[in-house]
Amino acid sequence: MSTTMVTDTVTVFSRELRPVLRNPFSVIFTIVQPLFFLALFAPLLPDAVGGRPALQWFVPGIIVMSCLFGTSTTGANLLLDMQTGSHERMLVSPLSRPALIIGRALKEAAPMFVQTAFIIAATIPFGFRLHFVGALIGLLILAVFCVGLGALSYTLALACKSQDWMFWAVQQTLLFPLLLLAGMLLPIDGAPGWLRFLSRLNPLSYVVDAERALFNGDIVSATVGGGLLAAVVVAVLGLFLGTRAIRRA
Amino acid sequence: MAAIAPSVVFMDDTMIRARGLTRHFTVKKDKVEAVRDLDLDVRSGELVALLGPNGAGKSTTLRMLTTLLRPTSGTAEVAGYDVVAHQRQVRGHIGYIGQGNGAGHNQRGRDELISQGRAYGMSKAAARAKAAELIASLDLEGVADRVTSSLSGGQRRRLDIAMGLIHSPVLLFLDEPSTGLDPQNRANLQEHIRRLRAEHGTTIVLTTHYLDEADQLAERVIVIDHGRLIADDTPGRLKADYAGDRISLTFDHEHDARRAVARAAGIATGAQIEQTGSNIVIRAAGGTRLVPKLLRSLDDAGVAVTGVEVARPTLDDVFLNLTGRSLREDGGVPVPPRDSIESPTSQEEYAA
Repeated sequence: MSTTMVTDTVTVFSRELRPVLRNPFSVIFTIVQPLFFLALFAPLLPDAVGGRPALQWFVPGIIVMSCLFGTSTTGANLLLDMQTGSHERMLVSPLSRPALIIGRALKEAAPMFVQTAFIIAATIPFGFRLHFVGALIGLLILAVFCVGLGALSYTLALACKSQDWMFWAVQQTLLFPLLLLAGMLLPIDGAPGWLRFLSRLNPLSYVVDAERALFNGDIVSATVGGGLLAAVVVAVLGLFLGTRAIRRA
Repeated sequence: MAAIAPSVVFMDDTMIRARGLTRHFTVKKDKVEAVRDLDLDVRSGELVALLGPNGAGKSTTLRMLTTLLRPTSGTAEVAGYDVVAHQRQVRGHIGYIGQGNGAGHNQRGRDELISQGRAYGMSKAAARAKAAELIASLDLEGVADRVTSSLSGGQRRRLDIAMGLIHSPVLLFLDEPSTGLDPQNRANLQEHIRRLRAEHGTTIVLTTHYLDEADQLAERVIVIDHGRLIADDTPGRLKADYAGDRISLTFDHEHDARRAVARAAGIATGAQIEQTGSNIVIRAAGGTRLVPKLLRSLDDAGVAVTGVEVARPTLDDVFLNLTGRSLREDGGVPVPPRDSIESPTSQEEYAA
């Protein structure tokens, strides 16, 4: 990444984040949401899931899930900017095209990292044990994945032009199968063969597995390597499709 | 990117040079030629209006010149750079004020101005200083720190202008700048555009379908219809060449009018003269110079004139003469040609 692209990404990111910082209450609800989810879902879990104590298995999954929900809506904010003309204004500026995408995706991911801190703080009293370095590496991998997912959401918004309903239809249709197939809420291990096969095709599965390994301190492992690779592939693909969509729009 | 200084890239002060610029769209499997084979030269410091009905290809032209849209064929150099090969350099040198509002609805005006400056490679301090300057000169002081969704239409438009000017571009494009503004805000906007030209020598290219706007504001009007350039000159010369003044004379008796027609035909050679009862209407260039001669001649002949009226032609008369359609009806409704000039294209080809 050139220095221009970094500067431009910071410009786009801080522009996007500014209204949130000026009015933090607008995201408080989103940030607190997974805590409710956790409070209502965790008691239903058996003592151990997927070979780990339930919280050690479940918390990393919830963190990935909230990132998934957050960054998959990157394009929704773009839809509004496309309708008003502020997206067009930015396209005419010399801002680097990937920076336009990365800045927006990271803005959606940023509150999720605050959320992660909340989730961890809330679960530690209930026995969740955190491996700090592993978790940090985990969040970095997650950030790369978020950029890719955000870029795909951005591409979807460009493809849908001004039809909000189509954006939401596609986003919702894809989100839940991806989430369930990644074994985020329930383990895939006992699933029928076809489901396990589909799960292995889902890049998100590798990211979730890697996060579980990292949050539990299992840093140098094939699982983590697989997760990193899946995140990079999604990011490269997302940015490729996103910049191409901008050029063709 | 390094900060972009207003540079001297032009050997011959050409700001825009387009050759054979063409853009096709495919709408429901039909090929629509939005812009066809457009040649255009704009010199540094010119104030040019692209005039035409909705769907004539004005915005498509502007979108190609501002790198928003790739030409199907043809080339264009803007501020010295090719719009396809050197998009980034073109973008860095131009300002663009689109049809929509450039500021995010949940953003504050000042914040948007500063981030716009940053997008053009300005330092934070420089962007902040320039934002403050523009806020003052565009009367936005009271509203610059409010969320833009709470601003009035006129205020938002002024904010758009401020955003287009933050990096002091050498060339400014405005796409339908006054659409949706009330007459007062429109006059206000035109004043800002004139001042910009006068104070900074900025080259300005704007599109409009308002005749009076093109007439009052632009020094050069390029008339576009069906994606083609059909006329290009100063408003004054366009009117002289394509429309001519309308002189109406009123008499007491029909036979006076008949005699006047004969006299007028001798004086205003080549003019179009019509008689209706005791009135005659003459269409000719230089009407104000013609009338005294005409009156003297009628007086010599003993024909009593009871009323005279001279109407200057409008750009609508120009458009009507060029296309057989009036711009006032927004280009959608064909009107029968008032004179012998044929419409260059049939109405069926009209693409919205």
